[in-house]
Parts: sequence; structure tokens; C-alpha cells
Amino acid sequence: MMRWLFFLPLVVFAVLVGLWFWGLNPNRDPNALPSQLINKELPAFALPALEGSGSPALARSDLSDGQVKLINFFASWCVPCRAEHPHLETLAKETSLPIHGIAWRDEPAATLAWLQNLGNPYTRIGVDQKNTVGLDFGITGVPETFIIDAKGRVRYRHQGPLDPRIINTVITPLVQALRREAEEAS
Amino acid sequence: MFTEIGHFSLILATFIAGLQVVFGFWGAQRRHAGLMRATDQAALVSFALVLLSFAALMHAYIVSDFSLLAVWQNSHQDKPLIYRIAGTWGNHEGSLLLWTLILTLFSACLVLAGGGLPSSLKARVLGVQGSIALGFLSFMVLTSNPFLRQAVLPIDGKGLNPLLQDIGLAMHPPMLYLGYVGFSMAFSFAVAALIEGRVDPAWGRWVRPWTLAAWIFLTAGITLGSWWAYYELGWGGWWFWDPVENVSFMPWLSGTALLHCAIVVEKRDAMKVWTILFAVLTFALSLVGTFIVRSGLLTSVHAFAVDPERGRYILILLALSIGGSLGLFAVRAPIFKPGGLFAPISREGALLINNILLAIAAAIVFYGTLWPLVVEALSGQKITVGGPFYDRTFVPLMAPLVVVMGIGPFMTWKRADAAAVAQRLGLVLGITALIVVAVIFLRRGGAWLPYVGIALAVWLIVAAAVEWWERNGPRNGRWADLWKRIARTPNAAHGMSLAHAGLGVAIIGMVGSTSWSVETITAMAPGETAGLGQHCLRFNGVDVVPGPNYTAQRGDITVLKNCQDDWLALAPEKRSYPVRAMGTTEAAINSRWNGDIYVALGDEQDGKRVVRAYFRAYVPWIWLGGILMVAGGLLSLSDRRLRLGIPRRVSASKPAGPAVEPPNQGLLTGKEAQSS
Repeated sequence: MMRWLFFLPLVVFAVLVGLWFWGLNPNRDPNALPSQLINKELPAFALPALEGSGSPALARSDLSDGQVKLINFFASWCVPCRAEHPHLETLAKETSLPIHGIAWRDEPAATLAWLQNLGNPYTRIGVDQKNTVGLDFGITGVPETFIIDAKGRVRYRHQGPLDPRIINTVITPLVQALRREAEEAS
Repeated sequence: MFTEIGHFSLILATFIAGLQVVFGFWGAQRRHAGLMRATDQAALVSFALVLLSFAALMHAYIVSDFSLLAVWQNSHQDKPLIYRIAGTWGNHEGSLLLWTLILTLFSACLVLAGGGLPSSLKARVLGVQGSIALGFLSFMVLTSNPFLRQAVLPIDGKGLNPLLQDIGLAMHPPMLYLGYVGFSMAFSFAVAALIEGRVDPAWGRWVRPWTLAAWIFLTAGITLGSWWAYYELGWGGWWFWDPVENVSFMPWLSGTALLHCAIVVEKRDAMKVWTILFAVLTFALSLVGTFIVRSGLLTSVHAFAVDPERGRYILILLALSIGGSLGLFAVRAPIFKPGGLFAPISREGALLINNILLAIAAAIVFYGTLWPLVVEALSGQKITVGGPFYDRTFVPLMAPLVVVMGIGPFMTWKRADAAAVAQRLGLVLGITALIVVAVIFLRRGGAWLPYVGIALAVWLIVAAAVEWWERNGPRNGRWADLWKRIARTPNAAHGMSLAHAGLGVAIIGMVGSTSWSVETITAMAPGETAGLGQHCLRFNGVDVVPGPNYTAQRGDITVLKNCQDDWLALAPEKRSYPVRAMGTTEAAINSRWNGDIYVALGDEQDGKRVVRAYFRAYVPWIWLGGILMVAGGLLSLSDRRLRLGIPRRVSASKPAGPAVEPPNQGLLTGKEAQSS
């Protein structure tokens, strides 16, 4: 009669094994935290420019200009930012992707010296000394990188320094997909 | 050289384990005596080889042979000897080798002690044990070989994670493993029974000592781990519902259920399907524990060696062993017909309720541990399940469990006299009420919920005491007989009373520390005082003290009794280990009967020092409860002596003494030898 009940443990176990097998996907990082902002519009902000850098200031209104762009939080005191910097330089030189920087919790003079020393890959730079915009973005530290689509919505967030693997496997394909999406919409 | 011998014996052990599987199953099927004897030999040889291999690895750690990759990654010359030894199992590869060593040890014990077992059952049990060993040995040889050499010889090692350099932690994994792996015996017996299609009281009697031994080790391991977290991590907590803690707790819950339903099989020939299922599930949960800690599947404070490749191998092992046995269960378990019938109000009935509640409790912990993964798979969102979830689900479930635990021992087997039981429980209830009212009066009230918890714990302790007294207390005022009566009661009954009361004691500690603790976190300059409950602390300053492989900042803190007189001197430390560039917190703890004064040193802040001070009410009761449970288990295990047929002076003249059942004598002697 209740014979099927004896199969119940096996069925439950099979479902669990399926789940675990999915969970072992090597690209899945159990410690990664997704951004709360994904697919949401950013709130309004306007940051002052970094005097002497040659890059104009950054405000919310600059982000919905119909272009896909990258926003990078950095600071001169941040060692991983230094490791990431050459990859941003390459990205700026070799692609047409606008890269905007937000100098986070840093003395403007120190930021400027750092950029003059290492090069300036940023199209626009906003100075966020008091972490006001950092709070809006919900960043947990620097460096952090966001991809913003043509309408000014956050589509991707990366914690920690960018490296060629992330740029080639995640950033570049995503930027291309977002550009196609924007073309189709228009 | 020694290393190569160890490496070679590891590979050889893998092949021998394969032979053990083939000989065991084939021999039992054919009833071929020679093959079954060969299975015994294979199990012994396999244990000897793994032991040799483990000794070789330990030797490499002791002499700091950094040509071994694993030694270089986890050890350092400046480490004290005890931690160099403990370092053998303080990492992924070494801990797997320890796991396998214990597994083969259990098989060897079965060979040496299982002379009374039917030979085909023993061969099948060894066959199942051998296949688990084969799985883990091949896993080690193929993906996590502890004997891998490196070409370039480094000057010194990278050191052991300083958090793990602690005597509590040196002891904790071996204990847990003895528990986890011990449940493999119950599992192997269950699978062998499914193949043979036979579960009878004798089977229950063979399974119980192994299960009990595993349960004792697991209880001790969990208590040690909790104690370690309490004084080493410096957070002042003893349980965090962290995934890694949960995976040790789940087999404990289902192992406890197994322990109790195996009694029903043994005494009443009933609840066979339950017992088989719990035997399989308990070991499955132990394997899941190993799997989760190593695969990086869930994030945790103590997941080490995160590597999906290894995780996949363990998952395949898990799918084969557990999936296979559950499949066998689905096909074969329906043939077991219940033997003894019983009324709902009976010892069996109480044990059944206890089992259902424990199963639900284990399911809740399982759900809470894996739910984040399910949510992520379905919606991509990340969530964590923490204390509040368990407070609302697990904790209320403990209330009926504890109530039934108090009632159960008063019931007789088969059919209990409800009126008589109610009358005796009335006494228990009366004493409990008196004690709880006294406690409320002494503590001068406060929130009512903690008192419910205390009342449950007191109920359990009083019920155990009353039941023990009814069984052992003097009859007709003949106090002279008291000792004789105690000696005549089986040790298993004493063990039960002690273990049940131990849980009550632990619950008092858990409720008290959760509800009545006070804490103060302040930045203090030297000479300043701060309040902590009714007492005060004075911060006198910080010294820098060198240690063997660290430097410590040692705080000097005086506790003032009722904020007036100097009372206790405490010296919490903050250690920094240069090799790993890591620090640890060594809290200073002064234990008293009603709680711990617990002080941890924080960072420096504007010339002041952050001091975290807690009064953790009744925490020592938790450890005492754990010790009592372990003692109860050991006492119960020693009961087996009664059934061995070893000549006893008392029973020689009295044939009406405890039944003498020769078939299991060998098994049980060995069990005792191994547990002592």
C-alpha cells in the first residue's frame, strides 16, 4: 500500500544532489554580494570636479546620455586600486567605453598626485570626500566598479580590483550586449 | 624516505579497500568461508596501512619537512610541538587522512570484536565499510594527496592559522570525526540488514554500542567546539547557528533519534524501518557535513580548503553511497514487518514521539542551513538564515521534546498505566513548581519567558531524579540496601538518568546565558572604571608580553565586588602572530557557579583601550551538561558488561539476574576497550 512512501527519502535526496551540483558551479562565489541597485535608477547627485586633473565633474545627469559607461570608485590610499589601474588605462585606450571615476574618501591633492603619477583613464571625475555618493551606491570599499546602461540604470557591480579575466569574460560582453539593447530600443 | 613509505601505503590501502569490498559482498553472497575470512584480513591490513601513512605524515609535521606541500602550507618551525602534531589534521588533506584512519579503525575493531556476529552479516558490514574507505582513499590519492612534494625547498613554512593553535581545537576535530565516522558503523549495519532482509532484536543489540560510542564522541566534539568558540573567538557567544556548527548538530539530532529507536528494536522488535532510515540518514548527514565544510558550497567562518573540484568528487561519493542506500531502502524496507505491537501510551509511544520531534528538529536545522542555497538557485538572491529563525522554530520545538523526555522513562513497555504514570508525574510537577517559584523569587522577577525554559529544564532534571529514586531508592525504609539496589540497576538505566539530567543542566545554561547576561563595551583609559551588572571593572593598563611564536598585549583588569573592594584580577590578551600576520583574542574568563565574568581586549582608540566585558550567566552549566551527557553515555556503554557472560560474583548465585546473551560478547568487549 504505502510503498511509494519508501521512495520519498530517495526523491528528496535526488533533488538535493541536483541543487548541490548547481551550487558547485566554479563561477559562483558564495561570498559575493549582489548590489541592491541592480536594474534600478540611480538617485540624483552632483559631485565637484577634481581641480587640475583636466576631467570635468560628474553628476547624475551625465549618466543618462544614451551611452553605456563604467563607474569606478577609487582612492589614492588604496593598494588594490593601484593594481587595477593599468587595466583601466588599457580599457580607456583600447575601447570607446567612457570610464568615470569617483575619488572616494580621499584628499583631492593626493588623488591628483596619484593620477599624475600613474595616468588618468577617467573621462569624468567626481570628488566624494564625505562618502555621500558612496552611500547611495552602497559600496563596501574601494575599488568597486559599476556598469551603467544607456538609461542610467545600474546593470552590474564588481567588488575588488578588475583584472583582465573579469574584463574579458564579464565586462566586455556585457557592455556589447547593453549597447545592442540600447540600439534596438531606439 | 618515511614520507615515501607513507605515500606508498596510502595507495596500497586504496587497493586493499577495493579487495575488502569484493571479498565482503561476494563472500557473503556465496557463503564462502575463505573469502569472508579474507575480508577480515583486508580490513585489518587496510587499517595498518592507513595508520602507517598517518604516522608518516605526522612525522613529516613533527620534523617540519617543508618539501611536502601540505606541511609547508600549514606548519612552521617555531610552532610548539603540540600544535605541530595537531597541525597534521588541522587542514584539508590531513583531516581527510584522519577521517579515513578512524573509519578503518572502526572496521578493524569490528573484526577483532565481532566474533559473535553471523559471518555473512559481518562480511557485508565490512564490505560496506570498505566501500566508504575506498571512496575516501581514492579521493585523497586523486585530488587531495597529503604527500605531494614540491620541487623548490622553502626555508620555513607558512604556519597554522593561529585561531586553530589552541588545545580545544587540537582536540575538537578528532572527536567530531570519531562521532561522524562512528555513525558509519550503524550505516553499514543498516545497509547489510537491507541486503540480508533481516532486522531483529539481535541486530538492534549489535548496532547500539557502535551508535552509542559515536554519539558520545559527537556530543563531546560539539561541546568542545562550542567551548572553543566561546573563549577563543572572543565574541562571548557559544553557538552561532553557523553552517559548520549546524552540520555537526544535524547528525547529533538524528543520531540521538537512532540511539532511541535502536532500543525499541532491541527490546520490542518494533520500529525497524525507522531505525534503518535513521541509521542511513545519520551517516548521510555526517557525510554532508564533510561535504559542506570542504566544497565552499556555503559561506562560513570556518570553511577551509574551498575547492569546487574536490567538492564535486565528494558529491559523487555522497550521491553513490547515500543515493544507493536510500534506493536499497525504497526497494527492501517494505519487507520488514513490525514485530511487537504497542499501545499509544507506552514507552514505545513516547520514544516514537521523541523520534518524530528529533526528526523535525533535524529537518529545521537542515532547512535553515540549505535554504540560502535554494533561494539563490531559484531567484539569484542571497540571504542568510540566522539566530532569529531558529529562535522561532527550533527552540519552541524543544519544549514538547523536553516534556516527553521527562514522561517517557516513567512509562512501561507495550502498555503503560496512564493513571499511575500521571500520579508519579504529579510529584515531579509539584517539585518542579516549587523550585521554579523559588528561582523567580530569588531573581526578583523579570521577563517571564526565560522562566518557561528554566521550568522545562528543572522538570527534566526532577523527572530523571524521581525516576532514578523510584528505581533505586530504599524500599520499606531499608537504607542499608541502597547501595545494593543501585548496583543491581543496569548501568544503561543510570546512564539514561544522567544523560537526561545533563540535557536539563545544559538547557539551564543556555536559557540563563541568553536571557540574563549583561555586557559593557567601552573605551577605557588606565585607572578608569566601568560598571558590569552589580560589579565594576577597573582598567589598569596594557603590557606587551612575548610568547613562543607570537607577541601579546596583555591587559590588566581588576574586578571590584559590588563596585567596592578589589576582587578578581583578569588578564585578557590580544596576540599577534607575525608568520600569518593574524591576530587572536584570548579572553580572560573567571567562571563562577552562576556564570562567567568574561573580559576581552579590543583595539586602541584615541589613547584609550576598548574593553568588552560580559557577565555570561550560567554558561558553565552548558559545559557541565555536556560532560554529564557524555558521562551518561559512557555509563550506558559500560552496561554491556552485564550481558557478556563474564563471570560475576553476584549473578553467579542468582540465575534471575540480567539475561546472559552470549552471541554478542566479543563485539562488546572490543567496544569497551576502544571507548576507554
